[in-house]
Amino acid sequence: MIVLFAIAGVVALVATALAISRTNAVHALLYLVVSLLGVAVAIFALGAPYLAALEVIVYAGAIMVLFVFVTMMLNLGEAAVRQERQWQPGRGWIGPVVLAGILVAALGWVLLGAGPLPGIHTVSPRAVGLRLMSEYAVGVELASMLLLGALVAAYHLGYGLQLKQRGDAARVAAPKREEVAR
Amino acid sequence: MTLWALLLSAGLFALGVVGLLARRNLLLILVSIEVMLNAAGLAFVAAGAAWNQADGQIMFLFILAVAAAEVAVGLALLLQLHHLTGSVDADAVSRMKG
Repeated sequence: MIVLFAIAGVVALVATALAISRTNAVHALLYLVVSLLGVAVAIFALGAPYLAALEVIVYAGAIMVLFVFVTMMLNLGEAAVRQERQWQPGRGWIGPVVLAGILVAALGWVLLGAGPLPGIHTVSPRAVGLRLMSEYAVGVELASMLLLGALVAAYHLGYGLQLKQRGDAARVAAPKREEVAR
Repeated sequence: MTLWALLLSAGLFALGVVGLLARRNLLLILVSIEVMLNAAGLAFVAAGAAWNQADGQIMFLFILAVAAAEVAVGLALLLQLHHLTGSVDADAVSRMKG
């Protein structure tokens, strides 16, 4: 298990260093996904399997999809297209695939003969849930309000964007807004 | 063991700070902020595991919520910046109005 933690830590550090030094945004995002997966494996080794799953689902899943989606929406124009044509097949993704393969191999090797880490206690998801919904209930409510606020703010910023992009939509939508105000 | 976890967390956080300071692409600045939030969460989990308490994992859950909210607003601002200036360079909006 300590070997798993060491491998995951090294992979996470290497992937992060590569992510923040890429000039191509999509390559950086690929390395960032591997970095988050490495941190997830490290969290698993630290006795928090529930959070490791959440890290993969929320961070490497949902948040990364947001990043990739925005990168595609930006559509950086002719320069990006030319850059894409210059990509050699297999050059951009081979690094992240190798790093992710190391992680999968280490995880599979540990799952075959798993033992707890020395000096580390596994905290069960049940204990986390019980405390979260009793002592930290106010925090959960505040987090939900924060997420709602972020949703409204992101919608507001994106709404203005649509109006400016489509002149017709602006003329149609503007009276509606006044009606709502009244 | 906890020491190594904290060292990994510190290393990731330092890489995030370097990325935040060195890059001018707003998308990569947001990526660096993600890395830093993630490193802070890892430190919380390591501390919780060391003391056998659930509080560290609960703090990680809250960091997860904060990161999701921050990314949503940050990416909406990125889209606005790209729409207004045609680039994703953070220096393009270095001047304030007035």
